[in-house]
Amino acid sequence: MPINYYLFLSLALFTIGMVGVLTRRNAIIIFMCIELMLNAVNLLLVAFSKMHHLKNLALNASVGTDGQLFVFFIMVVAAAEVSVGLAIIVMMYRNIHSVDIQFLNRLKH
Amino acid sequence: MNLLLLAAFWGVLMMFISLSGRSHATIRLIAQVGMGLLFLSTLAEMQGFLIYDLKAAEMFAMDRYGLVMLSVLSGCGFLYFLLSGRDMANVGSDYSEYFSLIFFIFCGFVLVLSFTSLLMLFLGIEIVTIPLYILTGSDKRNLKSNEASLKYFLLGAFSTGLMLMGIALIYGARGTFSTMEVVGASGIPTRLLLGGLFLMFFSLAFKVSAAPFHFWTPDVYDGAPTVFTSFMATLVKVAAFAGFLRLFDHAFGSLKTTWQIWAGAVAVLTLIIGNITAVYQQSVKRLLAYSSIAQAGFMMLGLYGLGDGAREGMVLYAASYSLATIAIFSVLTRMNDYTIEGFNGLAKKDPWIAGILAVCLLSLAGIPLTAGFLAKFYMLQAALSAKYGLVVVVIAVLMAAVSVYYYFRVLQAMYFRAAEEGAQFPAFSTGFKRVLTLIAILILVLGIQPGLLLHYLYF
Repeated sequence: MPINYYLFLSLALFTIGMVGVLTRRNAIIIFMCIELMLNAVNLLLVAFSKMHHLKNLALNASVGTDGQLFVFFIMVVAAAEVSVGLAIIVMMYRNIHSVDIQFLNRLKH
Repeated sequence: MNLLLLAAFWGVLMMFISLSGRSHATIRLIAQVGMGLLFLSTLAEMQGFLIYDLKAAEMFAMDRYGLVMLSVLSGCGFLYFLLSGRDMANVGSDYSEYFSLIFFIFCGFVLVLSFTSLLMLFLGIEIVTIPLYILTGSDKRNLKSNEASLKYFLLGAFSTGLMLMGIALIYGARGTFSTMEVVGASGIPTRLLLGGLFLMFFSLAFKVSAAPFHFWTPDVYDGAPTVFTSFMATLVKVAAFAGFLRLFDHAFGSLKTTWQIWAGAVAVLTLIIGNITAVYQQSVKRLLAYSSIAQAGFMMLGLYGLGDGAREGMVLYAASYSLATIAIFSVLTRMNDYTIEGFNGLAKKDPWIAGILAVCLLSLAGIPLTAGFLAKFYMLQAALSAKYGLVVVVIAVLMAAVSVYYYFRVLQAMYFRAAEEGAQFPAFSTGFKRVLTLIAILILVLGIQPGLLLHYLYF
């Protein structure tokens, strides 16, 4: 399949995630949208990795593997971020019994 | 790379010490010794001494500039531990872990200052920010702290997403993450590469709180426990800027004509928004948050006029801004009243502290004979060489004049207002005063002889 399909698919996923972050009010859903953005990037990286691999196969058999390596690092970092992020959301829920970010206006004044 | 190994080791050490149930004084002493060692090990590395020679040039390679920056950061970190180490105990019960997280953040600093692959830039920035989310929310019962950490977390993760998309697009364009090869020899960028470049530009502008991506900063800095705001607003911001400069210097240097005008626009916008909004603040903590945005505008000028002059200016700015802000925050943490009125009459009660605060405020405002003046001067000089430099410099100077107004409001409160009845000022210990005096001396010495610091860049 041409690379364009992958590019458009992951850009679409990324945009859905971005719009979700900017418009939703529930902290958990915002969080899911951020994960969607990261996964769109993962998909794109793997697709590019394959593309570069096929293109330069004759020159160097291991070309393109670094893109897939990067995906693993993103997964690890995302996992670390999830653990911290959910802890923060739980901490907030304990105090105000809600995960609605409408409550996040104490600092404005 | 000495610092990377030592900081990682000390971070783990601090975690185990919390299990052993030592007293606060012991924990603090160990942390201070550790940070002192980090500083000394960086100085030693500048003389060519390496604990272990990490051969990973494809991932990160430390250069002279990174080492000087790192020694400024670890030196300021050491002073920060000396001044504010005691106050961290008031935030919550996990005293040792706070130090541990700060040591881990220093590991991130090393990566941000030495990356040669975009992978390491990403990891470095994440190692810096993830512990910061925790530190911001460390005052668990305080709703403001909760709110600040959630806000910081959601926006930080969002900007990380943007950065990753940028990296992915760049990878698609060139098939490599190495900063040296990201832009091809032809120097003509493809659309994918340009898209990636601007996504990275925006996300890094987010991290260093440059306008129009600054809106999270005042809330987060205000809500976080004051001891940690001090750390976030100084060392973290400076390190993020150093990484920003390094990326655009090493990787996108040959595309300077494309992004330079954007850097200039962001710098001007940051200067205007930061300075004008700071004028209306009543709380010193919030005022310092806006002042940090305004100072970020000046540091953006370093990116705008990127070159040798800007690099020197960046080191000087890092030192002068961090020293002054850490000192002001360390006093602010102990004050009972964070409003500007809370400083009324401090000069009568404690002339020594007030004098040192005055030096720091003057340095932030950029009055001659202080380090802040020369730092601003270097940045303006660098910006002057760029396209449309004159316009940008005129706006920057005007905004520096505005900044004098709000820094002097604090000065005026300290010196020319009588303390309100029943106002309580904290007692400052002699050791605390000695460290503050050292900071004031450093600021003045750098203001007269910047070469003392800058010559390390070359020799």
